[in-house]
Amino acid sequence: MSNEGVDGSRRRFLTTATSVVGAAGAAGAAWPFLASLKPSARARALGAPVIADISTLEPGMRATYLWRGQPIWVVRRTPEMLASLDAVKGDLLDPESKAPQQPAYITDKSRAIKPEFMVMKGVCTHLGCSPTMRADHPAPEIAPNWQGGFFCPCHGSKFDLAGRVYKGVPAPSNIVIPPHRYDGDTVLVIGEDPKTA
Amino acid sequence: MAITPNPYKTTGTLGWIDDRFPLTKMWKDHLAEYYAPKNFNFWYFFGSLALLVLVNQLLTGIFLTMHYKPAADMAFDSVEYIMRDVPWGNVIRYMHSTGASAFFVVVFLHMFRGLLYGSYQKPRELIWVFGALIFLVLMAEAFCGYVLPWGNMSYWGASVIINLFGTIPFIGADLVTWIQGDFVPSDATLNRLFSLHVIALPFVLVGLVAAHILALHEVGSNNPDGVEIKKNKDPKTGIPLDGIAFHPYYTVKDMVGVAGFLIIFCGVLFFAPDGGGYFLEAPNFTPASQTNTPEHITPAWYFGTYYAMLRATPSFAGTQIWGVLVMGAAVVILFFVPWLDKSKVKSIRYKGPLSKAALTVFAINFVILNYYGLQPPSGTVTLISQVGTVLYFAFFLLMPWYSKIDKTKPVPERVTA
Repeated sequence: MSNEGVDGSRRRFLTTATSVVGAAGAAGAAWPFLASLKPSARARALGAPVIADISTLEPGMRATYLWRGQPIWVVRRTPEMLASLDAVKGDLLDPESKAPQQPAYITDKSRAIKPEFMVMKGVCTHLGCSPTMRADHPAPEIAPNWQGGFFCPCHGSKFDLAGRVYKGVPAPSNIVIPPHRYDGDTVLVIGEDPKTA
Repeated sequence: MAITPNPYKTTGTLGWIDDRFPLTKMWKDHLAEYYAPKNFNFWYFFGSLALLVLVNQLLTGIFLTMHYKPAADMAFDSVEYIMRDVPWGNVIRYMHSTGASAFFVVVFLHMFRGLLYGSYQKPRELIWVFGALIFLVLMAEAFCGYVLPWGNMSYWGASVIINLFGTIPFIGADLVTWIQGDFVPSDATLNRLFSLHVIALPFVLVGLVAAHILALHEVGSNNPDGVEIKKNKDPKTGIPLDGIAFHPYYTVKDMVGVAGFLIIFCGVLFFAPDGGGYFLEAPNFTPASQTNTPEHITPAWYFGTYYAMLRATPSFAGTQIWGVLVMGAAVVILFFVPWLDKSKVKSIRYKGPLSKAALTVFAINFVILNYYGLQPPSGTVTLISQVGTVLYFAFFLLMPWYSKIDKTKPVPERVTA
């Protein structure tokens, strides 16, 4: 084959153009495969936010909801319960909730959007057991200064009524608060961040 | 250079094939007329043993796949079904699980041989690089397989390992969801790890093994003396004077290795198939549970060294990613060994005291790290792991220095008996 009269720059341009278009095509063809690995419609439906009507929750009581296979607790805290949060401060590992165990918009010291309603995962941060609610106090068998909270029966981790962990227990951090928002006054959407206006 | 069909001019049926496919040529190039140094010792068993274990894994894996069900609600029961109801199912499954551990034993020893005799030095850099890739894929393959029984250790092991990707800034959380195909490790996760374990990774593994062996046969094998046997050829035949045909000499020698290996392998297989809780861990005999984490999560024993490094690295600047990076670097650094070693000689036999001490400390340290990687975390364990991590990296990072200044001995012209 003769190479005489070949326009080199034209050939280079055609080669480059073909390569670029080919690479774009390959990237496009790869997309469905990569996207197919994302959570399917079924997985997303099962992981969808849970709507909780908390209007009937009595003061001092707890309701449990299931979101993404994990128990989510809503505790309606009485003024006395809220007052206890300051009383136990000295016994806690992270009383100011500095570790990012809650969404950034939970800034109140009571670890709730509305201090009255505490929303948290019912899962111990040690090894994932579900702690028991022990609102009764005093309870010297748990702690000398027990003001009510959560006690994990598996390995004895202790949390206060804001899910903050006590010092000297196996659990290393406060209980996780899932993303949640209020839809109106008494309807809670668990698993969705507040809509920024 | 054009390919000449049937260069050996065979006739008959073989000739018919050789005119169309290089059967005789491949036989001669890779076996009958592949000349390997005559001074291979004990350490040279582990390459062929790795191949044997690979075949064992492929064969037993095919039969396990005929009974196993990769679904979150069926996987655990299907493994129990294999163990109890499928005729010989327990033996086939134990061959596969013991084989996984045996794979790492022979591969670790095979890699140690490479370090011992400088088998990665010029011109064998690519053999080593392919080998390091094999090691990497093997770890991924073993991890995927470990998850498949969907026992509680499988589940939480998967959770811990996948969540390592969650430490990557910004995209971590979304990446974890994408890898899992769900918001927690679930049916989707199990199904895709199964796909990787039985199709994608074995394909890659076999391809890399082929590349590893082709690269080896292109340049020829190293040997315990680190002497290039191709330098001294018989002037008439062109065959290296210190070379002997791979077949029958080394095929027969390797069969002795196979026999010795199988005695140990079958001993474990029949008398201690759970390897004392190290090959198959007790918590994995209970089904996966999203709400109950095992007391103490450990990886399979062969990840102990790297897991120790992960745990030894403290979190810093509010992120845990440093441990993940250190663990990743510990594997990646292997790829650079051919260029880190500046020694004039290949074999440890002719290297100086610095290199000998470094390799000895490295090997002992590797075993110690592996042990402490499997112990429950404590202050002492962390401290030992930290010292071990530093020593591990020091072996590689200081290699350009100590291999260069080390006093070497003269290398003989020909291999020694």
